[in-house]
Amino acid sequence: MLKLSTRMLITSLMLSAAPSAFADRIFVSNERDNTVTVIDSDTLKVIKTIPTGKRPRGLALTPDYKELIICIGDDSRLDVIDTEKLEVTKSFAASGPDPELLAISHKGDRIYVANEDDGLVTVMDRATGNAITEIPVGVEPEGMAVSPDDSLVVNTSEQTSMAHFIDAKSNKVLANILVDTRPREATFTKDGKEVWVSAEVGGTVAVIDTKTYEIKKKLSFDVPGVRPELMQPIGIRFTLDGKTAFVALGPSNRVAVIDAATHEVKSYILVGQRPWHLELKPDGTKMYVANGMTNDITVIDIASLKAEKSVPVGRLPWGVAVKPSGK
Amino acid sequence: MRTPCLALLLSLILTATASASPAQPSALDVTIGYLGRDYREPLPVSLVEPAVSDEGVQGARLGLSDNAATGRFLNQTYQLQERITPRNGDVAADAKELLKVTKLIVADLEPEDLLRVADLPEARGAIIINARSSDDDLRGKDCRQNVFHVAPSWAMRADALGQYMAWKRWNHWFLLTGDAKADAQYAQSLKRAAKKFGSLIAEERKIAFDPGNRNSETGHQQIQTQIPMRTQSPPQHDIVFVADTDDSFGDYLLWRTSVPKPVAGTQGLVAVAWSPVYEEYGGIQLQTRFRAKSKRAMTERDYLAWLAVRVFGEALTRSGQTDAAGWRTYIMSKPFQVAGFKGQGLSFRPWDRQLRQPIILTGPRTLVSVSPQEGFLHPTYLTDTLGVDEPETECKLRG
Repeated sequence: MLKLSTRMLITSLMLSAAPSAFADRIFVSNERDNTVTVIDSDTLKVIKTIPTGKRPRGLALTPDYKELIICIGDDSRLDVIDTEKLEVTKSFAASGPDPELLAISHKGDRIYVANEDDGLVTVMDRATGNAITEIPVGVEPEGMAVSPDDSLVVNTSEQTSMAHFIDAKSNKVLANILVDTRPREATFTKDGKEVWVSAEVGGTVAVIDTKTYEIKKKLSFDVPGVRPELMQPIGIRFTLDGKTAFVALGPSNRVAVIDAATHEVKSYILVGQRPWHLELKPDGTKMYVANGMTNDITVIDIASLKAEKSVPVGRLPWGVAVKPSGK
Repeated sequence: MRTPCLALLLSLILTATASASPAQPSALDVTIGYLGRDYREPLPVSLVEPAVSDEGVQGARLGLSDNAATGRFLNQTYQLQERITPRNGDVAADAKELLKVTKLIVADLEPEDLLRVADLPEARGAIIINARSSDDDLRGKDCRQNVFHVAPSWAMRADALGQYMAWKRWNHWFLLTGDAKADAQYAQSLKRAAKKFGSLIAEERKIAFDPGNRNSETGHQQIQTQIPMRTQSPPQHDIVFVADTDDSFGDYLLWRTSVPKPVAGTQGLVAVAWSPVYEEYGGIQLQTRFRAKSKRAMTERDYLAWLAVRVFGEALTRSGQTDAAGWRTYIMSKPFQVAGFKGQGLSFRPWDRQLRQPIILTGPRTLVSVSPQEGFLHPTYLTDTLGVDEPETECKLRG
């Protein structure tokens, strides 16, 4: 099925090769190729492949969309891509060793980096790229998220199996919440009242109340005929209205669609192989999923909940960020 | 036999349901014991590999620091008490001393010593985790109430290779067995695996060969002439299997057999829980952390000791229990799982207390595959296609 849609895609690309001026730009980090692929959201054509440092993984756009900041794990730095020039224009060396994932405050003044090898979260000043402080967390930190009002930062540590809640003002750890094994990503709900934490090996997503730090609910996943150990939740994204969550399920090759209020899984969408991270199109109509093993991204239509297309990118695609048109 | 087992399972399910709300981690100060012995280890085959004197214990130390990192946030503190019995020392005496301090023991012991320790009156109610021996009898007729196994059994290793050979359709094996006791055991498991996965051992040949002067000048000449002699006139075969657990000749088979064939078993393509070349499922992170701490590569024995300490860590942080009896029940229960960088949670088989786990198939420098192989099915856990399954176990203990 994927093969067919790729062929259809290639045909459609040949028909409409001119990049659209009003399209969004989709950025995909390719962990094994040391590149970021840039895709036009209308034509789904690759506009450019930007070389980066070694092992690019987590990436995020600044709130003004002028810069894309990428964790460069093996060079222990962040690369900054100018989203107009589409090239790396500077690097921040103060990210701490082996950065894996980052989050940028909504005000745009802070960058929070998970340093996988060192058990630290590095807090950086975005303007200068200098480190403000390092916060010791558990072993193998990974997930990073900032609350919508920028008051709370959440980090997950894979080996310690915890979500660490950090006060953004004091940079002090407020609470350490034990979740299931190997937590990967933390994502705030739109209203900031909950943070959802995926546990890759545990196979669950914990819904944590951001006031009481209580785990309100643990979601699990089940597809008949698919071995339960393949249900490994990683990336989490909400729709624009916040009512629906999408969770990428790694080796099960599926993305789960969840009612954010009732926590019911509404459907499972078959995508490429080993989807990890995903991102919503800024107008809310599509979800882009990075598939590590098939070296492509899957475009999911939000209205129909159907996988529409797959677009080849580099090797071992890891994460996705989308810059809206006109920004 | 069936009924008590079912009853036990049922009670486990009920307990699990009753405590479905997350158990509150209790404040604890826990000592984990590490018991090893200064055995005469096989000499490194090559000077490239330095002789390592702290194998195993370095893994346990890393596991302890991982446990402590979690414990730091939960008001739990951990200590490791290490005891290495001298070659001529009394392992039971050391075990008794250790058991005064803790009931949680990581055993880096050979089968005879392990059983002596497990059968001490002081060890009743202890949780002893075997992080060294692959002996099938320890999981079978010699199984013990208080002994768990993170080390894969010979049967699991043999089955992991057997499945791969079935996938490759390399169905004719020429088996060469050394003269150590463990060689015979592994050979036995390989015969079982061949039968289980539709292969044929065309011939088993015993080899007693110790290239004593291998490191001297012209040492290679002796080996170069001896190996073809020992392997001459072989049956028709796809692959040479070797059971040489103390590394006396297995490494010399490749490139030297009378008929050119690949080699698998204890050398060549090996079936292991860990290898310094393994980097999948975040494994590179464990390799990096181990190297940073110990200044050398992580061996299988290091990994197994790390994993044993992590089993205790998971039980202590997640069970909400405060004593060995409670932790033991939790370790045997359905919700228990430990992450071992294998892409899935690992748990213990209730019938023989063996940790079910994917097995790495690897050469000296690259990963070749991971078993279970695609297509080998099991009603509950695919990993239970490796090793001795419940209907065939010789272990008479349940629960």
